[in-house]
Amino acid sequence: MSIAIDIFSVVAICAGAAFFMAGSVGLLRFPDSLTRLHALTKADNLGLGLVVLGLLPQADSLLGGLKLVAVWLLVQLASATVAQLIAHALRRRGPGT
Amino acid sequence: MTEFLLGAAGFVLLTVAIGLVRILGGPGNVDRTMAAQLLGTGGIAALLLVAAATGVRGAEDVALGLALLAAFASVAFVNSAAPEVDRDTGRVNE
Repeated sequence: MSIAIDIFSVVAICAGAAFFMAGSVGLLRFPDSLTRLHALTKADNLGLGLVVLGLLPQADSLLGGLKLVAVWLLVQLASATVAQLIAHALRRRGPGT
Repeated sequence: MTEFLLGAAGFVLLTVAIGLVRILGGPGNVDRTMAAQLLGTGGIAALLLVAAATGVRGAEDVALGLALLAAFASVAFVNSAAPEVDRDTGRVNE
């Protein structure tokens, strides 16, 4: 059982790390600011979500697991808000901002 | 498991550090802010991985603090880069 849980963690964390890499590559390779905003706010949150999912079985208590989920939810909320704000600023000031 | 978690934390930090090249290249300040935001999210993931690997649960609280600060940094940037414009008068509200 413990091996199955470890394998689940390893797979989820590897997938999360792959999404972080996708986010970085997108930030470097995408042609303009709005597409780069996509790479940043979506791929990264999915990566963090998968890492948290992989760490959940490794948490030593229920409270520790809940805290991990709380971190993810806070980042999710903050990132969604920031994406809208940055896109709005880009629209107002043009891509040179 | 500990080695794997630490390795994953190092890998995430490495990819995020590569993304920071955007800060040098720009072209706009928005892109630089986004690279810093990427460091925020990646830093949180790395801290959570390190907390699980080493058993130092306090690192999770550091991750929470980092999440809060990264959000505030971007909001402050948006406020300073593009102040609210009054739609009726066209004047800038500082």
